[in-house]
Amino acid sequence: MSQTIPQQPIEYNMKVVRQFTVMTIIWGIIGMALGVLIAAQLVWPELNFNTPWLTYSRLRPLHTNAVIFAFGTSALFATSYYVVQKTCRTPLFSNKLASFTFWGWQAVIVSAVITLPLGLTSTKEYAELEWPIDILIAVTWIAYAIVFFGTLAIRKTSHIYVANWFYGGFIVVIAMLHIVNSMAVPVSFTKSYSMYSGAVDAMIQWWYGHNAVGFLLTAGFLGMMYYFVPKQAERPVYSYRLSVVHFWALISLYIWAGPHHLHYTALPDWTQSLGMVMSVILFVPSWGGMINGIMTLSGAWHKLRTDPILRFLIVSLSFYGMSTFEGPMMAIKSVNALSHYTDWTVGHVHSGALGWVAMITIGSMYYLVPRLFNQKELHSIKLVNMHFWLHTIGVVFYIVSMWISGVMQGLMWRATNADGTLTYSFVESVQASYPFWAGRFVGGVFIVVGMLLMAYNCYKTIQAGRRETAAGNIVQTA
Amino acid sequence: MSSFWSAWIIVLTLGTLVVLIWLLRWNMKNYTHIEEGQEMDHEFDGIVEINNPLPKWWTYLFWACFVWGFLYLALYPGLGNFQGLLGWKSSNQDVQSLEESRQAMEQAKEQGLIVEYDRAVRDAEEKYGPIFEAFAEQSIPELAKNEDALDVGQRLYLQNCAQCHGSNAMGGPGFPNLTDDAWLYGGAPEDIKHTLLNGRQGNMPAFGEQFSDKEITELANYVASLSGRGVDPKLAEAGKQNYAVCAACHGQDGKGNQQLGAPNLTDNVWLYGGSINKIEETLHYGRNGVMPAWKDILGEDKIHVVSAYIYSLSND
Repeated sequence: MSQTIPQQPIEYNMKVVRQFTVMTIIWGIIGMALGVLIAAQLVWPELNFNTPWLTYSRLRPLHTNAVIFAFGTSALFATSYYVVQKTCRTPLFSNKLASFTFWGWQAVIVSAVITLPLGLTSTKEYAELEWPIDILIAVTWIAYAIVFFGTLAIRKTSHIYVANWFYGGFIVVIAMLHIVNSMAVPVSFTKSYSMYSGAVDAMIQWWYGHNAVGFLLTAGFLGMMYYFVPKQAERPVYSYRLSVVHFWALISLYIWAGPHHLHYTALPDWTQSLGMVMSVILFVPSWGGMINGIMTLSGAWHKLRTDPILRFLIVSLSFYGMSTFEGPMMAIKSVNALSHYTDWTVGHVHSGALGWVAMITIGSMYYLVPRLFNQKELHSIKLVNMHFWLHTIGVVFYIVSMWISGVMQGLMWRATNADGTLTYSFVESVQASYPFWAGRFVGGVFIVVGMLLMAYNCYKTIQAGRRETAAGNIVQTA
Repeated sequence: MSSFWSAWIIVLTLGTLVVLIWLLRWNMKNYTHIEEGQEMDHEFDGIVEINNPLPKWWTYLFWACFVWGFLYLALYPGLGNFQGLLGWKSSNQDVQSLEESRQAMEQAKEQGLIVEYDRAVRDAEEKYGPIFEAFAEQSIPELAKNEDALDVGQRLYLQNCAQCHGSNAMGGPGFPNLTDDAWLYGGAPEDIKHTLLNGRQGNMPAFGEQFSDKEITELANYVASLSGRGVDPKLAEAGKQNYAVCAACHGQDGKGNQQLGAPNLTDNVWLYGGSINKIEETLHYGRNGVMPAWKDILGEDKIHVVSAYIYSLSND
């Protein structure tokens, strides 16, 4: 392998990476804590304190927006800016635009934090923000695309590393999804109506919704995986050709999968079948990514015993494999007939969100923080280890609770008596779900406690870095 | 769907699958100039990639999914206007009325299409119909003493009625209590059944335009006095003179009229609240109550059983 050492160190833009990294951790705590609050509200409804803006209905979209767009997307900004510079061996295309994306994105999130509790919503799931904020998102995202693809264009390497294919795919498709799905007719500054109606509106919404999962929460994070797993494991990527197949297959199949959210609805039969077929085939390229990540560890399995950061990264891939098996299965109509509208769906989303997205992010952040803040290593690896166990136990608690309550709800709703009447009324299924909702709440608490440990650990690392920088002691980091 | 859009869907779908098959086959061969198992000749920030072959079992899985996908699309609707070899349909999705639904069912039968919803309804009718036909032969008061019928009636009630009238049937503001003896449209077995079958439209007109606020307060006091509630006797006396307007429906004695669904004002049962404030609100803005018609949803035989359950609640 040939390695060209540049004569002069490259002036990478690490400022914007640092900013997004710190915000990832902060928004992560806020978003997950909101999740714990609304989980608690399901068990103890009086926790809404009879205040409209603290009700489940308004905080639930705030929770989803905070974890997906504040926590997850800040992590994607941070890592994509870091990875694209490092693997292209060139600074960012434009520092000004990069800085604009940071402040623009934070403005979007702060607007969400204000408007969603006020009850201002477009009512589209994961796209609740009203039209003025949607425009700000679009502008910020286009700036992001310019910075990212501009950097690829000025790269000093002959090839484009696979991590950047995934980041690039995610940036382009999210722009398309967001702009098409958010098309609306404004009636005032704070209210608009979707440009689409009826089944078309539902289809556009879930084309968006499922690909927010497919491109933002999957492709983007696969980009992260392709850099941080081989780096932390210090091993080569398992198979170049596997990455070629699973990249192209993943991005061309995901875009069809949306209709599986609308099985047994007014959506035409042909659309439902097509969505189901593509969702099932999608299982194979999804596992391609998992295999490539996990097999990258071959020859270095022993590192899992001593390195909790690597453990975060690898366990995230196991959760990725599990949820990408579960998802295609739930997309099959006869399975969906049981699982749809139940907690099983919620559990599935969280095995992806907490297992895959959060764990790969946490691992990557633990890799980045010391390197970004002039330290050789984190303040405490012991705390990382504790975080790992808290998080893993929390996720398992959460998913298992939702599996049981979800399957139970599905079975209760379809149970009939000998006379053809339903065995249970809806409220009986709600009552039966309480213990599992309490279990979910406990899992959530574990996860937030882990995140607080992470914040403390990173804060101490950053502080130590500041002190040493002030003393003029510059540590050379990789 | 026009044949253009149908072709569009078919070409895109099959095109995508065919290109993916090509992609898989292409990558199953080593097209690079690097030997299998060796590192590729590019490096990114210290990361190298190995030119390992695709895992065999994974490629088999891919093939299996492709085969299954083509098979499914051949059997079921998916490729545009092509209906699939099995002639399966989930439901008659274009219908907009019961009439159209019946026509569509006939049409599907003639064309040999399997419409899953129609089949499910038919199967359910065959299986459960006789149970309810047997119940329908008994009168409502008889059924109200039949424990089996009451169990079925209660289950139907909990699924269909409890959302408004409550699981204990005690109702709530705007939704009548079904366990007491106050009946807006009559509590005789046939009256109850008629209400369930055809629904009811309760309409109390608004008098906010006709009467001043003062007159409404007076009237409210008079109305409240009819059921012996503590009121300001002066106001009540003053309200009496305008009561003639109310008497048209509620009767001179305030005992109401079940033909019109006008509530009895003397029994101290208040659908929308019996405080002076609430009565003023009712007089000022009027009230509209709707009991939906269940004939087309549950069918007459099931309604017969539900009627018996409701009848039993106040006739133990």
